[in-house]
Amino acid sequence: MKMRYLPKSPDERKQMLAEIGAASIADLFAVIPAEYRLDRDLDVPQQMAESEIVNYFRAAGQKNATDYASFLGAGAYRHYRPVIIDSLVQRGEFLTSYTPYQAEITQGTLQAIFEFQTMIAELTGMDVANASMYDGSTGAAEAVMMAVRVTGRHEAVVARTVHPEYREVLATYAKHQGLPAASVGYDRETGRVNLTALEAAVTEETAAVLVQNPNFFGTIEDIPAIAAIAHAKGALLIVSIAEAISLGVVRPPIEADIVSMEAQSFGVALSYGGPFCGVIAAKEQYLRQMPGRLVGQTVDSTGYRGFVLTLSTREQHIRREKATSNICTNQALVALMATIFLTVYGKEGIRELAEHNLAKAAYTAEVLSSQPAAKLLFNGAPRFHEFVLQTSEAPELWGQRLLDEKIVGGLDLGKWYPELENATLWCATEMVTREQIDTAARVLAAGLVEA
Amino acid sequence: MTSNGTGPKTLGKVRPHQTQNERLVFEKSSPGKRAYKMPPLDVPAIDAAALLGESHRSEDAELPELSEIEIIRHFTRLSTWNYAIDLGMYPLGSCTMKYNPRVNEAVARIEGLAEAHPYRPDALAQGILEVIELLQRCLIEITGMDAITLQPAAGAHGEFTGILLVRAWHESQGNARRKILIPDSAHGTNPATAAICGYQVENLKSNAEGGIDLEALARQVDEETAALMLTNPSTIGVFESRIHKIADILHAKGSLLYMDGANMNALVGKARPGDFGVDVMHLNLHKTFSTPHGGGGPGSGPVACKAFLERFLPIPVLAQNENGTKCWDYDRPQSVGRVRAFYGNTGMFIRALAYILANGPDGLRQTTEDAVLNANYIRAKLEDLYELPYKTASMHEVVFSDKRQAAKGVKTGDIAKRLIDYGFHPYTVSFPMIVHGALMIEPTESESLEELDLFVDAMRAIAKEVDETPELVKSAPHSTRVGRLDEVQAARKPILRWRPAK
Repeated sequence: MKMRYLPKSPDERKQMLAEIGAASIADLFAVIPAEYRLDRDLDVPQQMAESEIVNYFRAAGQKNATDYASFLGAGAYRHYRPVIIDSLVQRGEFLTSYTPYQAEITQGTLQAIFEFQTMIAELTGMDVANASMYDGSTGAAEAVMMAVRVTGRHEAVVARTVHPEYREVLATYAKHQGLPAASVGYDRETGRVNLTALEAAVTEETAAVLVQNPNFFGTIEDIPAIAAIAHAKGALLIVSIAEAISLGVVRPPIEADIVSMEAQSFGVALSYGGPFCGVIAAKEQYLRQMPGRLVGQTVDSTGYRGFVLTLSTREQHIRREKATSNICTNQALVALMATIFLTVYGKEGIRELAEHNLAKAAYTAEVLSSQPAAKLLFNGAPRFHEFVLQTSEAPELWGQRLLDEKIVGGLDLGKWYPELENATLWCATEMVTREQIDTAARVLAAGLVEA
Repeated sequence: MTSNGTGPKTLGKVRPHQTQNERLVFEKSSPGKRAYKMPPLDVPAIDAAALLGESHRSEDAELPELSEIEIIRHFTRLSTWNYAIDLGMYPLGSCTMKYNPRVNEAVARIEGLAEAHPYRPDALAQGILEVIELLQRCLIEITGMDAITLQPAAGAHGEFTGILLVRAWHESQGNARRKILIPDSAHGTNPATAAICGYQVENLKSNAEGGIDLEALARQVDEETAALMLTNPSTIGVFESRIHKIADILHAKGSLLYMDGANMNALVGKARPGDFGVDVMHLNLHKTFSTPHGGGGPGSGPVACKAFLERFLPIPVLAQNENGTKCWDYDRPQSVGRVRAFYGNTGMFIRALAYILANGPDGLRQTTEDAVLNANYIRAKLEDLYELPYKTASMHEVVFSDKRQAAKGVKTGDIAKRLIDYGFHPYTVSFPMIVHGALMIEPTESESLEELDLFVDAMRAIAKEVDETPELVKSAPHSTRVGRLDEVQAARKPILRWRPAK
């Protein structure tokens, strides 16, 4: 049998069997009871040449449609990815290395993670950050479980303006841990967390208040006010950040105790929703309750600086059922993409990039909402690059007209917020052009007038 | 210095490697340098401070400022400090460090796939949905199960999902049950997972062969046992030949059999868990199906199950419209809920499918056979020098103990570090816990006879060094750019980030 990934000739296989003292390969599988041995071919496609594989996936890519402008955001953002990210992460030494348990021969990965942890701490205003989580949704759930361990309390209060799918994931995690989560609504004028309702919901039993900033509507929350309410009752404040680029221009949530971030915007392809890159950052005093891997600085026997995985007594491979989390594999290579992205943009670039996003969204919101029978919701608070548009016409109708023009318009919010009639969530990053924005406005207006 | 006493001066397959020093990226930064240029803004500029008011960020984050060439050099230099599969054998037991085909990377970056937004209308996502559907079909066939979710992001996340299915099933039968049985040879993620699913963990002691003790199992399984989490082949690389009896004992009490698929590389194309009594299991696409480990992730941990558990799968599940097009189905009232935003680590699905297509049924079978052949070859070549605690037939990995070397004061961790000097990544050290001083070796199918022989030579040379110059082994590695690192200091006074000098 010839297979191009397998480095053995038929003679070598025979030679090896002889050295083992086995008559045939079947001998080595004799331990599997005969009735459970598969004596037929698996029913999977026949072996393909590399060119056939490329053709298969190219065809799939084309079927997916590539030439559409898009105003979709909602937790997955299209930003420009500098070319050197893929040049560097495809180096075999990064790509094909394992978790850096053997520090002497994985200093490259370890130092890069240490740099990642530093950048995340700097951006979020937290003291420390971990080496990554699966994504923003599981990271938020793990952050709530972390708060439960820190406070010894067993209830959570969650804003309805947190990404609906993040809230669903939290509900799945919380369900079997005796962790009820109360939901707090939003102010219909600003789209921000309703502070009166929040104050009423937070009690002496509340372990954590979870909010998102900018929130799911794109609105920037009043973090100091929310923190004051949480802290007054001894609860921790967890801020979930789904759009990491916002930190270039939006005040970091320094009053938070834990920040759970989705770092996909930092140079990670949309890839139909994954792999992305979650990360948890926190105040130093909560370090021992953090989930996930941490890289720390130390010295070797001759005094040279080096890096190691540290504080692993929190983790499952040491603590088993008493671990802070069951997480093992994380998103290391994606965290490396984020580290390279942040190095490329740097101190000034991340602000300039964020300002471009702000400008594009401000313009988009203005031209779309100036169309007849379309209005901007939640205009009473500052926004980053997403906004909610309400139309008199149903989103399916104008949505199809936009698709005919090869534009994917805003996301229908009806599924998650039925009280907001005909409301859609729009996102404008630096990747959309003025021409696309103007076209979208024109197509939208056509129907609205007729309606 | 030579391993065979003749020929040119060399230590196994390596010679000293020149590495360049490289400071932290922050220490290289200087104000005003940049590696980016924004295109001109085609919409009116805004005054961010005025727009955002109190929410405006007044102080920049201390991110580095460097030019593009410096960034390339920085990360390239760091990369040279890593060992990798691309450099040689990486025999970490239970980690399945196999070749990561480059065509996988190429196809995962095809524009229409890499740039697809997860909320684009299903009609514009038919290409990726067909990829997902084909991968699901292949994995269901490979495992012999009936249904699957690709949503979990990694192995431990798959365990979490799988145990949630178990819990949902028992709840539907009127009692969620209280405990999960876990063998003492299991991965640490198993008990950690059971705990976060609200179950008590009950330890199951291994028998003299390192396998499941059927009598102990029969004693411990009762009407409060939700499931047994079993790794098969076990972490000592042994197939549980009485697997059907294990399943029977569990099923007789209404308990389920969960299989940790970490070691599936020993079974693909040769035996199917669905045929030998497993009710639910996870796979690690980053082990068995060649997606890269990338220094610790991303992974992907699909969960396959029998038909009676299908209605509990996480939402959404892939479905088909009447016209044959694919769509996501969210209307699943008995679902355990969602375990991750969107649909999973889709980029890994593309890579895993590319691997399956490159192999076909015959390639997958040959891969498994070669993996088992390699492990048995290493066993045969080393068992005279290293203690084999369990003599049971090995599948894809072999576990020795350091018993003989420890008598000379040299432990498995020391031998592992010395292996680095010979140009190899160490095996898995001190795991599984049922073997004192374990050396857990999984070569995978990706090693040539030449590389295997070099590894065997290195292990034999180290065994000799243990006898003759044990200090040399105990103070290894001697060839790396940093020596053994002070882990105690790292944990006692944690420095987890760089800070600017005051």
